[in-house]
Amino acid sequence: MEVVQIQRRLVDYTKSLFMEGFLDGQFLQLQQLQDESNPDFVVEVVSLFFDDSEKLLNELTIALDQPNVDFKKVDGHVHQLKGSSSSIGAQRVKNACIAFRSFCEGQNIEGCLACLQQVKQEYYLVKNKLETLFRLEQQIVASGGSIPMIEMGF
Amino acid sequence: MDSCNCIEPHWPPDDLLMKYQYISDFFIALAYFSIPLELIYFVKKSAVFPYRWVLVQFGAFIVLCGATHLINLWTFTLHSRTVAMVMTTAKLFTAVVSCVTALMLVHIIPDLLSVKTRELFLKNKAAELDREMGLIRTQEETGRHVRMLTHEIRSTLDRHTILKTTLVELGRTLALEECALWMPTRTGLELHLSYTLHQQNPVGYTVPIHLPVINQVFSSSHVVKISPNCPVARINSSVKYIPGEVVAVRVPLLHLSNFQINDWPELSTKRYALMVLMLPSDSARQWHFHELELVEVVADQVAVALSHAAILEESMRARDLLMEQNVALDLARREAETAIRARNDFLAVMNHEMRTPMHAIIALSSLLQETELTPEQRLMVETILKSSNLLSTLINDVLDLSRMEDGSLQLDLETFNLYAVFKEVLNLIKPIASVKKLHVSLNLAPDLPEYAIGDEKRLMQTILNVVGNAVKFSKDGSISISAFVAKAELLRDSRAPEFFPVPGDNHFYLHVQVKDSGIGVSPQDIPKLFTKFAQTQSTAIRNSGGSGLGLAICKRFVNLMEGHIWIESEGLGKGCTAIFMVKLGIPERLNESKLAFMPKVPPNLGPTAFPGLKVLVMDENGVSRKVTKGLLVHLGCDVTMVSSSEECLRVVSNEHKVVFMDVCAPGMDGYEIAIHMHEKFTRRHERPIIVALTGNTDKVTKENCMRVGMDGVILKPVSLDKMRSVLSDLLEHRVLFEAI
Repeated sequence: MEVVQIQRRLVDYTKSLFMEGFLDGQFLQLQQLQDESNPDFVVEVVSLFFDDSEKLLNELTIALDQPNVDFKKVDGHVHQLKGSSSSIGAQRVKNACIAFRSFCEGQNIEGCLACLQQVKQEYYLVKNKLETLFRLEQQIVASGGSIPMIEMGF
Repeated sequence: MDSCNCIEPHWPPDDLLMKYQYISDFFIALAYFSIPLELIYFVKKSAVFPYRWVLVQFGAFIVLCGATHLINLWTFTLHSRTVAMVMTTAKLFTAVVSCVTALMLVHIIPDLLSVKTRELFLKNKAAELDREMGLIRTQEETGRHVRMLTHEIRSTLDRHTILKTTLVELGRTLALEECALWMPTRTGLELHLSYTLHQQNPVGYTVPIHLPVINQVFSSSHVVKISPNCPVARINSSVKYIPGEVVAVRVPLLHLSNFQINDWPELSTKRYALMVLMLPSDSARQWHFHELELVEVVADQVAVALSHAAILEESMRARDLLMEQNVALDLARREAETAIRARNDFLAVMNHEMRTPMHAIIALSSLLQETELTPEQRLMVETILKSSNLLSTLINDVLDLSRMEDGSLQLDLETFNLYAVFKEVLNLIKPIASVKKLHVSLNLAPDLPEYAIGDEKRLMQTILNVVGNAVKFSKDGSISISAFVAKAELLRDSRAPEFFPVPGDNHFYLHVQVKDSGIGVSPQDIPKLFTKFAQTQSTAIRNSGGSGLGLAICKRFVNLMEGHIWIESEGLGKGCTAIFMVKLGIPERLNESKLAFMPKVPPNLGPTAFPGLKVLVMDENGVSRKVTKGLLVHLGCDVTMVSSSEECLRVVSNEHKVVFMDVCAPGMDGYEIAIHMHEKFTRRHERPIIVALTGNTDKVTKENCMRVGMDGVILKPVSLDKMRSVLSDLLEHRVLFEAI
């Protein structure tokens, strides 16, 4: 019965992530792509995203620290981050990136810095959430259960 | 003569005196013997004589006296000694008996005398009783008259009849010459002759009310004798007529509200009428006490009867008034019903009639938008579309609102997914919000039930309206939507004091709060927000294009859902918070696990829809590259990945059937690649299908793609089904222009 409880918790947790806007439908698509030939697809993609994002955030921090900010470069990085986050369905990160980009276009350093903070915050949040999610999945798998597929009605 | 034992009388027998004595004695004896006989005779006759013994004694005495006198007769002549002896014995006896009788009489005579006094006493008493009987009879007759009068008076509730009857009956009962009633005028300063007994139509005599005689009558509750010469008694215009004794009595005119039984003669209004009664002048009759009493009683009864009559008049009048009002109300109601029916018919017809052309306009304008247009034409078409959308919304709002006004709107209650509603709203609002660069965040409490019973469409409409307003009136910043289940302690909100939600077992109150950092609302405008068609100053200036109905409709919906909606704002420029609570039902506990695992779409038909299809994917972003690859691998394709355009051009060959390239990265000219590819593969059937993956679908991108000869544009992120359908389309038609 413990397995069922963990499964339930996973379902609820995943749902809450969607409800709160951390993840969107794209994440579900990723989950759908996972099958026997590709059992760790989601984890791989998400790990890749984490690595990418850490790198990009570092670059952004450095770039915005410069006396003469190269907005094009910053924009490029943000674009990348936006792309990655939208690919895995990290909705909030993506939204924060959108806002960031507009400040870049406006060449607004304070705005950019504020947005960077925001993006980082969202990123760490979603990272935390996804790690928790994966831990739950591991628990289920370790207990011999199967990971439930969640269908959301939208 | 010889010596016989005779006794010689003293007197010679031939003396004349002797003769007379002899005769007297004889008669005395006779009388004495007859008296007892008479006595016995009469006593025998009467049965109740109590003194028989006395009679016997008396009889004996008399008989003996008679015997004595009889025997005395023989003593006048020569008589023997025996006679003398008998005579002496008789005398002796007589003496004894008479003495005894005399002694007896001493006892008896006082008794006899007292009998006589008793008889006298009784006679007096009888006379007195007779007198009293007479009196009682008179009184009883008076009472009978009063009863009859009262009956006559009270048998009618008509004021005139009452008064007339009173006068008539009084006149008859008391055999009056004339009886008159003086009523106070409206001003209260005069008495007006209203009714008389014998004059049919009394002429309008009036006397001022403050005459001393009238005051005298009014100040006493009894009948007062007045002089025949005072003005109230002179009602007959003929000079010769002098009435007999005249009395007058006051008749209190009771006001309805003064009818207090305990307080009978003390009245606060002190309005009296005057009743004057005149005895016939030619009889020497005097007013008797009982007649006066009768008059007083009648006066009181008349007062009561008059007040009853007044009450009845009042209530009849009120009833007539009410009936009139009823009729008028009925008419008004029927008119209103007709009006509502007419309006509903009108609305129903107009509903259809208005929507059909609107539909045509909107549909054709949007089709027009798709065709080739010059920029001016496009602008015109867009304006047409926007205006017609606005008009359509306005029509819908007005129709909805008028249906809600007369309460014909009913909620469609069903079980729906609450989370889905919020998600939908979010999805709908996201494009606009992102254009305005607003950050929208949704925060749903974990204890919010997933499913609820309510009107999904209208709830969504409400949330959308509120959120839409928040977006509309914010130039920048963020919008936060939060929803949770209202807790019992917090249900009684001081901000909404009229709202008393009651938590229960099968329902809960959904509390939704939408906070924005927009232009805000000034506190004095807040009450106006929910009124129809009212726009605050700031909104009018901004030309938001709203009809002003949105919030009014929301309020109606929220009220229908037994909830409450209100807006708070600290002022202009400080953003505003819209909060509403609605009551939703909790559905039966369905099998949760079943719900969670219920698939919405049928399971994948099979990942290998495109077995072995060689595909090239070019994307600079590692993550999205991986995702796209995963997508295509899942569909069974053979995927090659490149991360730069040079690499792409290097790797691409005619084995690749489709090339997906990301074109939204700045500094990367995906378009050039396409051009190069066109150059590289001159023959069409050799060239792979080029599809652009992009994050924005604006016209510029699409035009560029078309210009460079791309075969299709797909908007990222791509779903599995989308990819599948895209591939099948592409491979079938070799062209696909837009897949969002």
